[in-house]
Amino acid sequence: MSVRETSAMRAGLALCGHCRMLSRIVTATEANYCPRCGREIAYRRRDAIQRTWALIVAAAICLLPANLLPVMKSTTLVGASEDTIIGGVILLYLSGSWHLALIVLVASVMIPLGKLMSLAYLLVTVRRGSTRSNQERIRLYRLVEFIGRWSMLDVFVIAFVVALVRIKPLMAAQPRAGILFFAAVVILTIFAAQTFDPRLIWDSPGDATRRNE
Amino acid sequence: MSLNRLACPDCDLLQNVPRLPPRARARCRRCGRLLAIDRPRANERALALAIGAAIVFVLANVFPLMGLSVAGREVDTTIMGGAWIMWQEGQRMTAALVAVCAVIAPAAYIGLTIVVLLVSRWRRPAPAWVGELLLWSATAREWAMAEVMMLGILVALVKIADLATVIVGVGMFATGALILLITMIAVHFDPEGIWARTQWVGPAETTPVRDPRRGGS
Repeated sequence: MSVRETSAMRAGLALCGHCRMLSRIVTATEANYCPRCGREIAYRRRDAIQRTWALIVAAAICLLPANLLPVMKSTTLVGASEDTIIGGVILLYLSGSWHLALIVLVASVMIPLGKLMSLAYLLVTVRRGSTRSNQERIRLYRLVEFIGRWSMLDVFVIAFVVALVRIKPLMAAQPRAGILFFAAVVILTIFAAQTFDPRLIWDSPGDATRRNE
Repeated sequence: MSLNRLACPDCDLLQNVPRLPPRARARCRRCGRLLAIDRPRANERALALAIGAAIVFVLANVFPLMGLSVAGREVDTTIMGGAWIMWQEGQRMTAALVAVCAVIAPAAYIGLTIVVLLVSRWRRPAPAWVGELLLWSATAREWAMAEVMMLGILVALVKIADLATVIVGVGMFATGALILLITMIAVHFDPEGIWARTQWVGPAETTPVRDPRRGGS
């Protein structure tokens, strides 16, 4: 290819993260605004690395109560029991629907954990200025971005079980505090994926100084 | 052939995208991300789909999703009922999240998309607030999770099926259709086509980069 390979940042241009308009960064000291949609533009999302770390750490903290505290209490004539997320997966498995148990296990346990580890890996490699396996890293990021919403699954499951199973005194189901922490993990990891800037993956070590201005 | 200068949102590579022949797509040379796609009459289709989605959305929310029958007693729930009972049970934050992802965000996405498409059809150039609404609709799309909710309902049904007889309601079929329509709007909707006929908010002196030969490094 005869076209020279250069990033928009090296050409003094920035893509608006909101409306995808390419415009020139005029002043390096003040904030720049997209002429088309009026939102702030910058070469890279502002403080992407620090903010993503903060969100990941917050999500990791919420992950503990989300998995240790019960998410639902079910009452029948025989007695009451409180289930954690893993408990719910085991119940589904024991009731014979192993495929649904697998879906819930993937959505509620593996996706949140996988997202946290993937984003941490991306942040560490970006900090190191790594330029290796860029293709794999951008694919990992896209996967994290795409798959994140599916961990909301268990929140919906609890919501609809609770909404239906309310034939007192025969049977009743109530949400428990665990679901709040679980929902927090889901939201925080979605925000973390949105805050990270995939363009950082492709930046060479020299670009870091350019970003900070 | 006019060249359109773009930067890849995923890797920031600056590249020139030629005008595309019908139904062609352009991908980033470096990271493979889809940069541009030519869909003939994209926004006309999107408008038709969005109006259809609005009708189906009303059906999905008015009729019960499903009911449960045990020992001669019946309980049923709508989509909003899922959030409402949770609110009453004291999990208000979670209830609000369910309401946003299952009802408010899909409604906002469909409504804003219809307004944006209609106004940009009638008024040329469309006023700058159309662009603002367009940005909001993109945010609403990210939080609209009808498809995740549907899978959640199916899992909930299996969990309950042991305890009682489950009755599938009209709302469930409407939700299935809604998921299909929302996905199709996203496929056809062309935000760049809207921006092209919308007034900018900024002053004219901050000129955009159009000419590929100017503004090199």
